[in-house]
Amino acid sequence: MIRATAAEMAAKLASGEVTSVALTQAHLDRIASVDTDVHAFLHVDTEGALAQAAAIDAKRAKGEKLSSLAGVPLALKDVMAQKGIPTTCGSKILEGWRPPYDSTVVANLKKNGIVILGKTNMDEFAMGSSTENSAYGPTHNPWDLTRIPGGSGGGSSAALAAFEAPLAIGTDTGGSIRQPAAVTGTVGVKPTYGGVSRYGLVAFSSSLDQAGPCARTVLDAALLHEAIAGHDPKDATSINAPVPQVVNAAKSGDVKGMKIGVVKELNGDGYQAGVRARFEESLELLANAGAEIVEVSAPNFEYALAAYYLIAPSECSSNLARFDAMRYGLRVGDIDGASAESVMNLTREVGFGKEVKRRIILGTYALSSGYYDAYYGSAQKVRTLITQDFNNAFTKADVLVSPTCPTTAFKIGEKANDPLAMYLNDIATIPVNMAGIGGMSLPSGLADEDGLPVGFQIMSPVMKDERMYAVGAALEAALLAKWGVPILDKAPVLGGAK
Amino acid sequence: MSLTYDEVVAKYEPVLGLEVHVELNTNSKMFCGCSTIFGAEPNTQTCPVCLALPGALPVVNEKAIESTIKIGLALNCSIAPFSRFARKNYFYPDMPKNFQISQYDEPICVDGYVDVEIETDEGPKQFRVEVERVHMEEDTGKSLHVGGATGRIHGADYSLLDYNRAGIPLVEIVTKIVPATGKYAPEVAKAYVSELRDILRGLGVSDVKMEQGSLRCDANVSLRLIGSDVLGTRSETKNVNSLRSVERAVRGEMIRHAELLNKGERVVQETRHFQEDTGLTRSGRSKEQAEDYRYFPEPDLVPVAPDAAWVEELRAGIPERPSLHRKRLQEAWNVPAKEMEAMINADVLGIVEATVNLGADPTKARSWWLGEISRLANERNAAIADLSITPTDVAEIVALVEKGELTDKLARQVVEGVIAGEGTPAEVVSKRGIKVVNDDGALMAAIEKVCAEQAETAEKVRNGHLPAAGALIGAVMKETKGQADAARVRELLLGHLGQ
Repeated sequence: MIRATAAEMAAKLASGEVTSVALTQAHLDRIASVDTDVHAFLHVDTEGALAQAAAIDAKRAKGEKLSSLAGVPLALKDVMAQKGIPTTCGSKILEGWRPPYDSTVVANLKKNGIVILGKTNMDEFAMGSSTENSAYGPTHNPWDLTRIPGGSGGGSSAALAAFEAPLAIGTDTGGSIRQPAAVTGTVGVKPTYGGVSRYGLVAFSSSLDQAGPCARTVLDAALLHEAIAGHDPKDATSINAPVPQVVNAAKSGDVKGMKIGVVKELNGDGYQAGVRARFEESLELLANAGAEIVEVSAPNFEYALAAYYLIAPSECSSNLARFDAMRYGLRVGDIDGASAESVMNLTREVGFGKEVKRRIILGTYALSSGYYDAYYGSAQKVRTLITQDFNNAFTKADVLVSPTCPTTAFKIGEKANDPLAMYLNDIATIPVNMAGIGGMSLPSGLADEDGLPVGFQIMSPVMKDERMYAVGAALEAALLAKWGVPILDKAPVLGGAK
Repeated sequence: MSLTYDEVVAKYEPVLGLEVHVELNTNSKMFCGCSTIFGAEPNTQTCPVCLALPGALPVVNEKAIESTIKIGLALNCSIAPFSRFARKNYFYPDMPKNFQISQYDEPICVDGYVDVEIETDEGPKQFRVEVERVHMEEDTGKSLHVGGATGRIHGADYSLLDYNRAGIPLVEIVTKIVPATGKYAPEVAKAYVSELRDILRGLGVSDVKMEQGSLRCDANVSLRLIGSDVLGTRSETKNVNSLRSVERAVRGEMIRHAELLNKGERVVQETRHFQEDTGLTRSGRSKEQAEDYRYFPEPDLVPVAPDAAWVEELRAGIPERPSLHRKRLQEAWNVPAKEMEAMINADVLGIVEATVNLGADPTKARSWWLGEISRLANERNAAIADLSITPTDVAEIVALVEKGELTDKLARQVVEGVIAGEGTPAEVVSKRGIKVVNDDGALMAAIEKVCAEQAETAEKVRNGHLPAAGALIGAVMKETKGQADAARVRELLLGHLGQ
């Protein structure tokens, strides 16, 4: 039952073949059996999930009209505020904090009757590409437990790959949905910036952060996308326009006559051989399905990583200032006679991890007077140039494509002490965030040299998210036809359960 | 070596700069829906947004933008077609996000001016105070430092935080430097803040209560030798909570600076806190090293781009400038400047105007509000505006007196009744049975009685000494318990005595 797609589960729930309580319990059992090895979850809300499932079953029994994913369970990245449920962002500084309010994404999930199983592990405050920066220990890749599941949303991607949940919520600031999807053989979508409300998403970098759906199939991601997207008056940057027709696009999977642009700068040197092979193969399959493959150039992408590591840390240095021990979370050094300043300092020293501190310091420096123009100012100009590159490219192609990341999953600990090598992982995903456009990663097969999943990235223009779903669905269908089974069937069996 | 003010201005020229913070009177806060009512229980007007809970986001209060544009228009500013919010980053416990959402290099209103008039040795003189910018920001919470000698955070035993004020919309109005005011700098500063307060009150965008902090002034003062064009080091005096204090603070700082400069010492660039009791300032935070606020555009908000047609619509609705309006009233009513000032100081000008607009004679309306009603307000320790008497009531009372249905003395009883909540003037008159005695028979009886009692005085009047009639009229009024119309009494009395 747990290996089905969310759409299949939804169909069985609708027909009465299975109850949400049974389905939820099956996932809770799976979590109990495999999560000691995977460590995808930071908090499992057994009672809450079962109560929510029972409420959905009761509504269904009464014949109430329910939304398409009602009763299907989901794993929530721990960066999303959920009323009454611990929300740590993978940080010690928020240990014990239970939000008194629901994020808009959570409110939308609840409105759609989607059952929230618990909170998933992540790099602290979403800063990282391996989930090793979690203050609560790393998550392990179900394909190889000695490897990373990607980051920052490694908990959500691992939960999907380990069949602990059929759906998950991620957030993507520089690739934190797509890169974990790529290295775990799952699907992850970063919608257009402003497509999904950020209200209740604990901010890392406000101008780049975007929540989105994670799933095992393109259609499942589309169903979840529609459930969480839409204008939110509580988020001033939320787009007030109809949600793109992503479910229809995922169902059609029609790419006939579509122009698919291969970004010259996001391929070649520095990309693992197996990654390149799977990418070329996917292009062939799309061409066979009727798409026209063209090459496009984005000359300013080479500055994207550098600009990202000025903008994101700058915004984070300000966003994370609120963690000061005054109103919530950790408080250290509050002894008789201690000043507010010393409590703030001690709390931040103890509460934040190394990577978070590194970025706060970097961002504080980049925003300092005298340096602002050279760093933050220049980075914003690069951002404009990247947007222009995309605009130009989209005059030649309907969507753009690239490998999601340069390599397959690396070993836990391999890059932990080399931040630059770690940052390079996001080289192909970052431009999407800089321009605020949509991006998807879906599995394109396994690399020959290590047998690990490879991700294929599709990028679509602002509020044209349906295009990446159409292309993703077409590629997914072609690959399934080629392999005969879903890619996750090739993964090692965990915990003995099927 | 203590200097007199005259000695200071004989040698130095003061340069002024004024920063005024105004709390807008919107119903909700700048970036969330919380109430803004003053004086609520601590921390009851808060939500995830103004407490800066993780994940919460700001959304701009459109009403605050409208009020700010109105202020900009009333101060003759240009309204920027595109402006942005920025984050001002610094740590302080009463600032929930540890950054303040403000505006930095792209404020919403720029380049305006306010003309103020003050009395000088050569008569009334106008000074133009140029406004550099008007921008929006949010207020911080309030800290109460308990224990310790100074009430400041250093040395306190503990501090209490109230976030009700956090996120209240603030507008900051910054002047350019105001040169060439000479010895009138303190008066110009006061006149500017006073004019600003009137303009803001006229716009209805703020309570402008200095004592409650809804209008706060920081006065920047520096001195330079007369004839020099090099600016001196300035101090920034905060906590100036009344118009009088603005004047005192500027004067005090001028003297303090001059004493330092005369001794060959330097003025420290710092904030100073004004002390109401002594009129002096004490040293605050040093500004010798410019604090780095790491401003950058607020990424959680979109730029403010007011529609030009909307701005024009707002411009059309800006009321006449209060000082001009006042001049017009003064001429129309033919009131001496002193009386005008008395009405302004007592905060009754608007009420008097309303009363006059309802048909009352300006002199009568003024004397009721400024006299009897002010007295009753004082007795009750209340503001005139808080009494239950309205311009309509006063206009009605003035009309009743004119028609001879009330005497001044009876009218005072009616005023008292209205304030006591007994109803409208007509209702008070009927409930209390107040009426003028205009039964000539009853009056004649009283006149005859008084003339008999004071035969000597009556004789004087009979012989043509009319001033003596006053005493008799008074006695008749007393006899009739004040319910007689004094004019009618006089008429009958003089007739009775053959005059």
